[in-house]
Amino acid sequence: MRTRLLSGNEAVALGAWEAGVAVGCGYPGTPSTEILEALARQPEVYTEWSVNEKVALEVGVGASLAGGRALVTMKHVGVNVAADPLFTAAYTGVRAGLVVITADDPDMHSSQNEQDNRNYAIAAKVPMLEPSDSQEAREFTRLAFELSEAFDTPVFLRLTTRLSHSKSLIAPFPDGLPVRSEAPIEPGFLPDPPKYVMIPGHARIRRRVVEERMDALRALADAYPANRIEPPDDGAVGRPRIGIITSGIPYTYVKEVAPDAAVLKLGLVHPLPRRLAEQFAASVDILYVVEELDPVIEAQLKAWGIDCLGKAAFPAIGELSPTVVAAGLGRTSTAVSLQPSVPVPVRRPGLCPGCPHDHVFTELRRRGMIVSGDIGCYSLGVLPPYDAMDTLLDMGASLTIAQGMDIVAPAEQKGRIAAVIGDSTFAHSGITGLLNAVWNKRDGLYIVLDNGTTAMTGMQPNPMSGERIGREDAPSVDYQLLARAFHIPDENVGIVDAYDAVGISAAIGELAGRTGVRLLVAMGLCLIEGQKLKRVDKLNDKKAVRRELIALHPVRGVRD
Amino acid sequence: MTEMTNVLIVGVGGQGIVLASDVLAEAAAIAGYDVKKSEIHGMSRRGGPVFSHVRFGERVHSAVIPEGDADVILAMEPMELLRWTSWAGVGAAACYLAAPILPVGVDAYPEGLEADIARLFPRVVRVELASIRRSVPMKVRNTALLGAASVFIPLAVDHFAAALQELSPRGTYEANQAAFDTGRALAAEQLRESADVE
Repeated sequence: MRTRLLSGNEAVALGAWEAGVAVGCGYPGTPSTEILEALARQPEVYTEWSVNEKVALEVGVGASLAGGRALVTMKHVGVNVAADPLFTAAYTGVRAGLVVITADDPDMHSSQNEQDNRNYAIAAKVPMLEPSDSQEAREFTRLAFELSEAFDTPVFLRLTTRLSHSKSLIAPFPDGLPVRSEAPIEPGFLPDPPKYVMIPGHARIRRRVVEERMDALRALADAYPANRIEPPDDGAVGRPRIGIITSGIPYTYVKEVAPDAAVLKLGLVHPLPRRLAEQFAASVDILYVVEELDPVIEAQLKAWGIDCLGKAAFPAIGELSPTVVAAGLGRTSTAVSLQPSVPVPVRRPGLCPGCPHDHVFTELRRRGMIVSGDIGCYSLGVLPPYDAMDTLLDMGASLTIAQGMDIVAPAEQKGRIAAVIGDSTFAHSGITGLLNAVWNKRDGLYIVLDNGTTAMTGMQPNPMSGERIGREDAPSVDYQLLARAFHIPDENVGIVDAYDAVGISAAIGELAGRTGVRLLVAMGLCLIEGQKLKRVDKLNDKKAVRRELIALHPVRGVRD
Repeated sequence: MTEMTNVLIVGVGGQGIVLASDVLAEAAAIAGYDVKKSEIHGMSRRGGPVFSHVRFGERVHSAVIPEGDADVILAMEPMELLRWTSWAGVGAAACYLAAPILPVGVDAYPEGLEADIARLFPRVVRVELASIRRSVPMKVRNTALLGAASVFIPLAVDHFAAALQELSPRGTYEANQAAFDTGRALAAEQLRESADVE
């Protein structure tokens, strides 16, 4: 590849590789997924899709403690899952650099909420960098590793969808080829229980270290090269009337629409540079803060007594854009846009034609089931023509929300509650819910929609699919043995062909009428994954394995 | 502000919007311009609308085209062209594939849609499916449309050729280049004809 046009995600992978990263791990989630996919193509780096984000971060911590630079990737809501190790990793610190990517999704292009993960940096007391284009994504990844080692802390790199999925030019390589530098830490774990074993007595001591570290980082922030003041682009001399403090993608919108403004561009967004901000504020007449989502910078400036205009001028909901930023600055656009006179109908997304999830949703709807849903392509079961999903909250919540419903639902609803969950989501955090149901002797019909891949995010392998990253063959969980280990009776477990409408109907009918925990696996290969498997000559083998599983675990339903 | 070219490529999931916009952006980079492109992957690809912004010029800040600033819209479907017209300004050019795709759950394709396109875009190339169906394989239809739109884009054919060579999936450069040339010739002819009529 000679191109220098990289997406933000590809640039992070390049930056990590150049920084000598040893381990890359994460859980797929839009818009973060392509980082590890790009890194996995580099043979010098160990990469894995981990079972979930908590697991990924813990693997990353371990790698760091043993002396290897580690990159851990996830989407914004993935940090919720990884928050437990994150908050205490701030106490233990690191050995080799540990960089955590949070890929936020302003506007919820592919997410269930719009949380602003800069709040996590503040809450967990972890520094955070935020790039504005692909070259910065590359550079800041290296800076993040250096900062991590210099200050003995995990470091966040915050991306947003617009950065992850935009392409821009990166700086040329010195001799035309990228150079991988040696990470500066000697491999090897150095035991240090007071630092790494967080019993209360040790944690109380580390608690103080965290505050001292944040003080040191605050002192650094004022002179940090990624924070810089830029004079107006229009070449005007003298005191600028307007000053704008901004970071990340909004910086590019500011530069687009306000060439007359001086700009304080923040690369380090936590902690914020107080002296630099005060100096900048004093140098302009009107100070704006342009940031996407929460007023994080604005609130800090106001707490320092710096007067500024932030969310009073710019929305706190959704993505900004050049148009929105211009409007917030009170500039009306001179562009006259074309307006159609024919109304254009909405084009809704939907399951692909021939999708293996079709029959299950059709049957659940036909039976008037209350469907507790989960996160993946099959979330689209909520839309027409299916209208067959009643709840969707977070990864793995389908089984557990169904359990809570079943505890209090009136008798006429009890038999109609079902949960649907995809194979990757089941492995991520559905298995714990299944265990909870068995242990607490609940009733429930739980359906795994196993399409053989993590389809929503672009076909990543998972612990149920028989492959690991890079299409390497790997063990997969046996649903039947798992159910037996959980003491779910064999007659309550079935694996059916998702493309067999009659079989699906019979199986759901049979299992809906039983009591106790029931596990139905609707097994049908995702069509897009099928095409990909065909290209690497694995399709027939995978189909044969799955046919065998279906034949071995029939459901004795009545085929009506 | 310095001279900037803004191209918006739109269509429906699976029509090769992302690759077409990659080729355009690469061509601009090869021509020596600063370039940025932006699109959203994810839920939108499951049959929903897909779009990609490509901007090039001496210095590009925002990867997102300001509303009303698109110079060219390339649409792989007529309804999608109309959906995105508010991103274009007066005098913008359009190129579209006249192959309607009915959205799921919608009974009838809106009437008068193409007349509205003709009204809004004085400079338009309408690629009829019949005109490329036999000469251009389905898989490189996106490249044919990019070739057609290229008559409105200030980049040399050599830059597009170099970008196609760089980005075509293995073994498909010739097919992509042929599709590009077909689209470009078709558009050039259409513009000549409409100039003759005037």
